[in-house]
Amino acid sequence: MIRTENLTKQFGDLTAVEDLSIHVREGEVFGFLGPNGAGKTTTVRMLTSLISPTRGTATINGYRLGQQDTDIRRTVGILTETPGMYDNLSAEFNLMIFANLYEVKDPAGQVEKYLRMLGLWERRFDAAGTFSKGMKQKLAIARALLHEPRIIFLDEPTAGLDPEAALLVRDFIMELKKQGRTIFLCTHNLDEADRLCDRIGVFKTRLLVMDTPANLRSQLFGRKVVFHLANPQEAFTGLVKELPFVQDARMINGKLVVNLDNPEVCNPQIVRLLVGAGADIQFVGELRHSLEDVYLQYIRMQDGANEQN
Amino acid sequence: MNKIKTIIRKEWAEVFKNKMVLFTVAFLPLMMTAIPLVILYAMRADSAQSIGGDIPSEFSAFCPQELSSRDCLQVYLVSQFMIMFMILPLAIPATISAYSIVGEKTTRSLEPLLATPITTMELLMGKSLAAVLPAVLVTYLAFLIFAIGAWIITPDPVLLSALLDARWLLAVIVVGPLMALLAVFVSVMVSSRVNDPRVAEQLSMVVILPVLGIFFGQLAGLFIIDRQLIIVSAFILLILDVFLMFLAIKLFQRETILTRWK
Repeated sequence: MIRTENLTKQFGDLTAVEDLSIHVREGEVFGFLGPNGAGKTTTVRMLTSLISPTRGTATINGYRLGQQDTDIRRTVGILTETPGMYDNLSAEFNLMIFANLYEVKDPAGQVEKYLRMLGLWERRFDAAGTFSKGMKQKLAIARALLHEPRIIFLDEPTAGLDPEAALLVRDFIMELKKQGRTIFLCTHNLDEADRLCDRIGVFKTRLLVMDTPANLRSQLFGRKVVFHLANPQEAFTGLVKELPFVQDARMINGKLVVNLDNPEVCNPQIVRLLVGAGADIQFVGELRHSLEDVYLQYIRMQDGANEQN
Repeated sequence: MNKIKTIIRKEWAEVFKNKMVLFTVAFLPLMMTAIPLVILYAMRADSAQSIGGDIPSEFSAFCPQELSSRDCLQVYLVSQFMIMFMILPLAIPATISAYSIVGEKTTRSLEPLLATPITTMELLMGKSLAAVLPAVLVTYLAFLIFAIGAWIITPDPVLLSALLDARWLLAVIVVGPLMALLAVFVSVMVSSRVNDPRVAEQLSMVVILPVLGIFFGQLAGLFIIDRQLIIVSAFILLILDVFLMFLAIKLFQRETILTRWK
C-alpha cells in the first residue's frame, strides 16, 4: 500500500526527513511517532504528494510519487494538522466542495452519510466557524473520507480534543480499521498509538525503529511475568532461576518477577514448579512497560548517538 | 470544468458573505454610472455655448459635424468618464482575488484544498473567474443603465450615437473584461507570494495605475482614445493575459506556499 525507499527531504541545509524506508501493509494501522519537528508532517506531505522529495522513491496505492501525483491525491485521504475549514460556510457546503473536487459520484449522498456517521447531520446548515474544536475535527475527518480512500493519513487526529471527543475519534479510527482501510497515523499520544496501531515507527528525522508495540517492548525491556504470592519466599526465586528458559528472576515487594521470552509457553511450567514447591499463587500477570518508556528510550538513544557524533 | 465551477461557487459563497465586499462591488459601479449621467443632465440644462472652445482640437475631429460645440463638449466630458467603465472591472476583482490565495493560507484551508486532485490551472482559473465574472457583469449592467439614462437625457439620436459609439462598446465589452483578467492574474500572483491579505490587496491595486495614466492623459489632451487604440489595446491585453495566466501558474509553487508560509 505504502512503500518508500530512502525517501529524503531537505529544505536548504536542513534535512527534515532522511532515508526513510518503510512498507505499510494493506489494512494496517501504522503509527508514526516522533517529537515535534521530527519531520512527521513533512513525511505525510510527501506521501500525499503535496510536496516532492529531494531524493528517494515511494509508491502509494501502486502509484509512483512524482509521476502519478494526481492519482495519489485522488486515492488517499488526509486529515491535516489543523482542520482548515471554511468557517463562513455551512458544514454541508464545506463537504460538498470537497466531494465535488474529489469527483464523488453521489456527492450529496456521501456528504449525508458521513455527516450522519459523525453525528453532525443536525448541524449541517450551521457555519463551520460556530463548531467546537472536536466538531471541526470530526468535520475534517468526514472531508478526508468523502471519496472513500483506501489509505488515510491522519496527522494528530486527537490533538487538543477533550477526552470524550478524542474517544469518539479513536472509535472512528477503529471502525475504519475494521473496514480494512490502511491508516497512517501521526500522533504524540502514545497511549492512543498503543491501542490503535498494528505497527509503530519511531521517527526523528530518520526512522529509529519499526515493529509491533509488543515487539518494541520486548526488544528493549524483554518480557516480564509477575507472580503474586500469598507466601513469598526467596527459595522460590532460586527454584525458578534454575529453569533453562528463565533469563532472570527477582523477588520484589513480595512479588516474583520473572524475565522470559515466551510467557505463553513457559508460564504453565513455572506455575507447576511453584505450586509443587508449596507456593500459594494468587494471580499471574505480565508486567508491561508503557509505549512511552519504549518511545523515550529510543529517542534518548538517538539523542545520545547524535551527541557522540 | 466541474472543479473550476466548484471553486467559483466556493469563492462566491465566501466572498459575498462579507457585506463590505458586496458594498464595494455595488457602490463603485453605481457611482461611475451616476456621475456621467448627472453631467449630461446638467449640461443639457446649461444653455451656455461659449465653453465649446475648451475641447482639444484632436477630439473635435471625432465629433460629428451635425453636433453643436456644446453637444461636442458633452460627448468629450462624458468620454472622460467612459474610461471609468474600463477601470471598474479592474478594481473590483483585484480586491476579491488579492485575498483568494493568501486568505486560504491564513485560515489554513489551502492544504486540504491542495491535497485534492485539483490542478494548479483549475484552481487559479476558478479563483480568477470567480473574481472577474461578477465585476464584468456589474460593469455591463452599469453601462446598460448609463446607456438607458443617456437615451432618456439626450433624445438627440446624433448625440446619443456619438456618446455610445463603437469604440466605447468595444472598450466596455471587450477591453474591460481583458483588463479584469489582467488585474486578477496579477493579484493572484501577488497573493500567492505574500503572507498578508492587506499587502496582497495594496500591491494588486498597482495594476490600475497605467489605466489611470490613460485616463489623465486623455483628460490633459495628450491623446485621444480612438477605435484603433482600443483594438490594439485589446490585442495586447489578450496576449498579456495568456502570458500572465501561464506565469501565475508557474509562480504558484505549492511546496513553497505550504512550507514557507507561517
